[in-house]
Amino acid sequence: MSLKGSDFISAVGMDRKEIESILALSEKMDSSFTKKEVLSEMEGKFMASLFYEPSTRTQQSFGSAMKRLGGEVIGFSDPKTSSHSKGETLHDTIKALEAQVDLFVIRHPSEGAAKLAAEVTNVPVINAGDGSNQHPSQAMLDLYTIKKEKKKIDGLTVLMIGDLKYGRTVHSLSYALSKFDDVKLQYYSPPQLKMPGFMLNDLRNDCKVEELSSLDVSKADVVYATRIQKERIEDPEEYKRAVYRIDNEVMEKMKKDAMLMHPLPRVDEIAVEADLDSRAKYFEQERNGVPVRMAIISSILK
Amino acid sequence: MKAKDKDMLKVKKIENGIVIDHVPQGSAVKLLTVLGIDEDFKGTVSVLINVPSASTGLKDVIKIEGRSLTKSDLEKVALVAPYATINVIRDYTVIEKYKVKLPEVLEGVIHCPNPNCISNKEGNPKLHIKERNPLKLQCNFCEKVYAEKEFKF
Repeated sequence: MSLKGSDFISAVGMDRKEIESILALSEKMDSSFTKKEVLSEMEGKFMASLFYEPSTRTQQSFGSAMKRLGGEVIGFSDPKTSSHSKGETLHDTIKALEAQVDLFVIRHPSEGAAKLAAEVTNVPVINAGDGSNQHPSQAMLDLYTIKKEKKKIDGLTVLMIGDLKYGRTVHSLSYALSKFDDVKLQYYSPPQLKMPGFMLNDLRNDCKVEELSSLDVSKADVVYATRIQKERIEDPEEYKRAVYRIDNEVMEKMKKDAMLMHPLPRVDEIAVEADLDSRAKYFEQERNGVPVRMAIISSILK
Repeated sequence: MKAKDKDMLKVKKIENGIVIDHVPQGSAVKLLTVLGIDEDFKGTVSVLINVPSASTGLKDVIKIEGRSLTKSDLEKVALVAPYATINVIRDYTVIEKYKVKLPEVLEGVIHCPNPNCISNKEGNPKLHIKERNPLKLQCNFCEKVYAEKEFKF
């Protein structure tokens, strides 16, 4: 199925073929990215990068991706410098810019923002994170990183840890993984931050799902850690109980060929000592953001 | 008084308006709230609670004088009382009778219960049916799924 001219809003409705076509194109983009090439396929095309929420890697990697494809980037990374600060709605911002651009990339603190944008314009919209809902381009780069390391996605057991309730990367990755065969999803989180029930119900239709009662990393092929934001848990004592830390002692219990991933930024979830372990793949994962986003942009616009 | 009259409901017929029949027992008051019928409404409103019903045991019935139902009202009725029957009354006569039907997509009918959903900040709320029994709605924007007790009219 072609993504040409489509919006890229959520991993929920994606199918395996679409995902595989992005992963295949990512591989081609990766070799070009490794050579630091600047392609010309997006020459004359403009991308509006609208970041209503702070972001370092997603914003930069979308910008780099478009520029590596030969395209131009306009937009803002701080809503205080846009008309949003004067009370302009997302709808009106989209309408104001749609004639100027070929693609929108939107990060917004409200769930559903990218979908709303997609409904008001015919210009394709990429969701670069909408509140606690979805972050589908992150899921693609996560899958690409997994595929690159493990040479397959089918049959893997993936353990996700941390803030599973508000963690949009976990939501998108879970749905994307569920499109593959014999995948097992394991979840471990503090009780206040469990995966939303409706998502678990959806995922159970497509794959095996297991909620762990303790941090058992021993069965997973991929351990995917996420940050627990302090503001999500009001009681400081509960927060202390909820935080976890993956250090060498925890990594000792991981499979010898497992991967440790994290969408970054990390705070204390992964000890710096773990960086030296060859199973730590989060910086590789971060690096893959550019070629995968090149592939997504190219699939939509070429 | 004839024996038959003793069993009759002691509610006057309405001249012009609507009768909402087959409302689930205990849902009549909620239905009035959802329809925005409050102390400012000028017409006569009769609310019958725990009325014996051949099909469901007990039911509620609402009679509203001087009120018609819009498409959006009908969709709200269908959310609260999925098996309700609407009787449209003109000059004391039923001129139209039909069952409510819940459409697949509800646009502008109820708010998304998620306060952080973009549809609560701008635009028009849109939810679609995820499951019919028990009823669950999914927001078109934030993708969250809600059970009936969470619906926000």
